[in-house]
Amino acid sequence: MSESTAEPTGNTWGLWEVFVRSSRGLSHVHAGSLHAPDAAMALRNARDLYTRRNEGVSIWVVPADAIAASDPDSKGSFFESPQGKDYRHATYYTKSEGVKHL
Amino acid sequence: MSEANASATRITPGNALRPEDIALEVRTGLAKPTEDVAEYALRLGDDALILAQRLGHWISRAPELEEDIALGNIALDQLGHARSFLTYAGAGVPNQDGTAKTEDDLAYFRREHEFRSVQLFEQPNGDFAATIARQFVVSYYQYELYRRLTESTDATLAAIAAKAVKEVDYHRDHSAQWVLRLAGGTDESRKRMIHGLRTMWPYVAELFRDDELTERLAQAGAAVAPSTLKEDFDRLTAEVLNEAELEVPDVPAAPGGGREGKHSEYLGYILAEMQVLAREHPGASW
Amino acid sequence: MAAQNLQSVPAELTPEEDAAGQAHFDRIIAEDSRIEPRDWMPAAYRKTLLRQVSQHAHSEIIGMQPEANWISRAPSLKRKAILMAKVQDEAGHGLYLYSAAETLGQSRDKMMDDLIAGKARYSSIFNYPARTWADMGAIGWLVDGAAICNQVPLCRASYGPYGRAMVRVCKEESFHQRQGFEILLELSYGTEAQKQMAQDAVNRWYAPALMMFGPPDDDSPNSKQSMAWNIKRFSNDELRSRFVGMMVEQVKVLGLTLPDDQVRFNEDTKKWEHGPLDWDEFHEVLAGRGPCNAQRLERRRAAHDDGAWVREAAAAYAAKQSAKQQKEYAA
Repeated sequence: MSESTAEPTGNTWGLWEVFVRSSRGLSHVHAGSLHAPDAAMALRNARDLYTRRNEGVSIWVVPADAIAASDPDSKGSFFESPQGKDYRHATYYTKSEGVKHL
Repeated sequence: MSEANASATRITPGNALRPEDIALEVRTGLAKPTEDVAEYALRLGDDALILAQRLGHWISRAPELEEDIALGNIALDQLGHARSFLTYAGAGVPNQDGTAKTEDDLAYFRREHEFRSVQLFEQPNGDFAATIARQFVVSYYQYELYRRLTESTDATLAAIAAKAVKEVDYHRDHSAQWVLRLAGGTDESRKRMIHGLRTMWPYVAELFRDDELTERLAQAGAAVAPSTLKEDFDRLTAEVLNEAELEVPDVPAAPGGGREGKHSEYLGYILAEMQVLAREHPGASW
Repeated sequence: MAAQNLQSVPAELTPEEDAAGQAHFDRIIAEDSRIEPRDWMPAAYRKTLLRQVSQHAHSEIIGMQPEANWISRAPSLKRKAILMAKVQDEAGHGLYLYSAAETLGQSRDKMMDDLIAGKARYSSIFNYPARTWADMGAIGWLVDGAAICNQVPLCRASYGPYGRAMVRVCKEESFHQRQGFEILLELSYGTEAQKQMAQDAVNRWYAPALMMFGPPDDDSPNSKQSMAWNIKRFSNDELRSRFVGMMVEQVKVLGLTLPDDQVRFNEDTKKWEHGPLDWDEFHEVLAGRGPCNAQRLERRRAAHDDGAWVREAAAAYAAKQSAKQQKEYAA
């Protein structure tokens, strides 16, 4: 990552994405982003910015450009293949309807 | 709104001791400080109040927007502690009709020599390094103090300290992080950090000075003798300073005197600004 | 497929790719679904959003100042705490919005530079002075009230990051208007001097608050396009009328009056109407000739410039630490 957006340059701090777990048992959810000079400060800034109202019990911060994202233009080939594969879902199996505990 | 979005923005008030809870206990007679405890609560309340007043000035002026919020959080924590301590202190210094003085009676209608804060808290914000230097000293001091005060025989002091110690622990971390960054950043920031510590250090000694009141309270187990905090304070601040390759400033200690109402020239201005509106409308409610 | 990051950067595309992108964009808008940062979007859509979201962010940040000025003088410790938390929230809201704007491909630094250079706009209402404590009430009740009216529909804005930022802002802002209302309520039922202070503040902030919704519909050329793109959901006049209707009721509870004797409910249009607004003044203030424009920009510039050495120090420290770590790995 030679040109990481999270790496500070001059007096500009890098961009970090923030994920917050709102309570135990739930996943971390993307909350937004912020600027910080390094990971330690990014965590602290995230705590102050995204959990002022008890919104979280755990925080992840990730350099924004460390996230690899799928290409929105290849939506069809990437995400439409599962369509039509009804047999992956319990609702596909209708003959057993009415049988208890199945 | 999607469930995931809801979970990312879930808001709750939480559950912790608030100044209003103490006011209720005071009104119903559940919390009744001795004269000594009231005077002691006044000291800690004044410390926190004056610092909150100083820190509040940074909001909208901090070096980066994220830091506006961080300093705002610390100011709000300090203000919360001040309100709790002052509310409790007010129960020990009743009005002529026997009702307790409120936090606002104490904050807005006392004169300068009646304030009991030590002089470190009223020192000017200076540049960001000076503010961090002051916060560094204050947080390490308050942490040691509140940690021990959670064991106080006075249940209300112990309860306020239990809430405060967690918040002050975070202030310690925040200021230590910045001491490291300013000391190890650029030549200029290092120079400013050293200067900031030098301007604040003369007021450190006063924090750890015992007097008759603290001796009586310490004996009763209600409070902690300030001198007993010094060893841990010295050790823990030295750890951070060592890591930052800084030295404890070698500067003469100021005589202090805040606990007896002798203040530096700064407090008068702080109070003039803080009290002006309330005093224009005595007896008004807001 | 190459891994790509989250920011949206307009790319050079062939006409065919652009046509396909436009079709996809149109379908999403027609379905009232959401555009996300890396979707294809028309250049004008991107530009409009970037302008709107960054202006919104600037308004939050400049808007901190008139209220921050009263933190030190708040007349009770409770009010001091509330005000501090509110101004702090505004910094947070500014950050949420800058985040959203950054996903459109512009850095926060650039936006901040534009603001300080006087090249960017922000809500002109923050160029009026907060003269008395009652202004804290009037700002909360009227200015935040108007802002909320504007913002609630924006939670459904077609641009995902903007809508999500607005959800967060609206949740947090629900206390802002209430605390303003309560300040005015206390004053109105307090001493005679307090009541006068409250009425005076309402008199001064009423018209600027109504103008926060923007120029009248027939003089708002961009509104139509924004509505077609599902960024705006209601017209300026529609929102303004709705707001007036709410204020008419609430001011009675306050025991105060609105400085407008032409407020009435039009039975034919089923809409609230108000007296004439001074749009010349609005444009003057917007053009930089308001009472506090210079002061507000100077304060922001000073904070930014005075903080440069701090930001630089933290950046230098981070660089040194990461160099040190790399050396340790190598060893």
